[in-house]
Amino acid sequence: MVSVVYEAPGSVADAVTLLVNSDITASVLAGGTDLLIQMQSMVNETRLVVDLKKIPEMMNAILDDEGLQLGPCMSCAEFTSREDIKLVYPGLVESAYLIGSTQIQGRASIGGNLCNSSPAADTVPALIANNARCVIVGPSGERSLTVEEFTTGVGENCLAKGELVSLIKVPRPAANTSDAYLRFIPRSEMDIAVAGAGVSITLDEDGICTAARVSIGAVAPIVLVVPEAADALLGTKVDTTALQAVADAASAASTPITDRRGTHEYRRHVVGVLAKRAAAIAAERVRGVQS
Amino acid sequence: MTKTHVTTTINGEVIEFLCEPSDTLLAVLRNELQLTGTKEGCGSGDCGSCSVTIDGRLVCSCLVLGVEAEGVEIGTVEGVADKDKLHVIQEKFLEHAALQCGICTPGLIVSAKALLDENPEPTEEEARYYLAGNLCRCTGYDKIIRAVMDSAEVMRGDAQS
Repeated sequence: MVSVVYEAPGSVADAVTLLVNSDITASVLAGGTDLLIQMQSMVNETRLVVDLKKIPEMMNAILDDEGLQLGPCMSCAEFTSREDIKLVYPGLVESAYLIGSTQIQGRASIGGNLCNSSPAADTVPALIANNARCVIVGPSGERSLTVEEFTTGVGENCLAKGELVSLIKVPRPAANTSDAYLRFIPRSEMDIAVAGAGVSITLDEDGICTAARVSIGAVAPIVLVVPEAADALLGTKVDTTALQAVADAASAASTPITDRRGTHEYRRHVVGVLAKRAAAIAAERVRGVQS
Repeated sequence: MTKTHVTTTINGEVIEFLCEPSDTLLAVLRNELQLTGTKEGCGSGDCGSCSVTIDGRLVCSCLVLGVEAEGVEIGTVEGVADKDKLHVIQEKFLEHAALQCGICTPGLIVSAKALLDENPEPTEEEARYYLAGNLCRCTGYDKIIRAVMDSAEVMRGDAQS
């Protein structure tokens, strides 16, 4: 185990100061469900750990007419218990509910899931489907990126020294819009995605799709946006033909690896099936509200 | 390394301890505070043997640093019984023989209590999903689920009377 210097600042500004001024490797601690495991395998290293959970705005979620302003460190357990958020973004809440066990959800956060930057992060396709942005604060001020711009590789992202994600902003969906997230794992609980798909769909009064976002996870070094899959939905009634085109586009966009959870060919096929089914669920959710 | 002083509340009692900032809460509970009811299984958040509650939320204490306990309320298996009187869940685990080797049992008791505090009337499916993070290699889970469902029924009856 690593030797730790622990700090729990009370404000984002203090956290940034600690991170910038550190002359040893610094890690931001949110829920710790990834970080503590990573630290177990380190030896002879001293590391600054900056715990963000004592900063009130990192732990809050505000839902208003503009959308959701999510404190990145709020636990998934608290997030998934918020019925108001579930009504607006059912797919995003589902994605958080799929992470690990009840115990893991008690600590793990959506900001941590994003910053850990795994290609299999469950909440990321759901965030991308919902056009989410992340606000990054650092020594030179504040900047905002789309979630799909944030991750740059396996375990790699845009954060520079001294920077942290201070807020996740999810815009309020247009009228007659809903979302869904599905993932596949070899067992019914407690595993990491073999493939995942997040979809957001807007339908007009006649049930014609006027806007869509499709994002797929665990099938490339980063979570992908698939505009071809979204385009396949536009102007359709989300019928069987359109859904098959979504599946084909998602499979075609994927470049998965083969590992013990699944082969390249299998993941390619499954991600198409998930994208198609998630699109069907999102459309059904809109129709349910419309009728 | 200098040790860090932490003030926390465990099972309703204010407790102070010193720990290395790299110590897990699990290590502090077992080694510093002699609260050895909480078990170490995997040490990586997969098995649930070290389940405790922090401010009412179920967590794996192996994935929490001891220093993170500052100012929070922790619940461990030692706080489930009322002195010598076992909690209904503990009685039902005995009655249904919902344990064999017993290593997973404290974690399961803490998790089952968190489930029933949150949701007094779970379906069997809800109970199985909620407890999916508590691995038991002996029982095959059926007796555990029967004990939890039976506990829920008794606790609902007690709440009404």
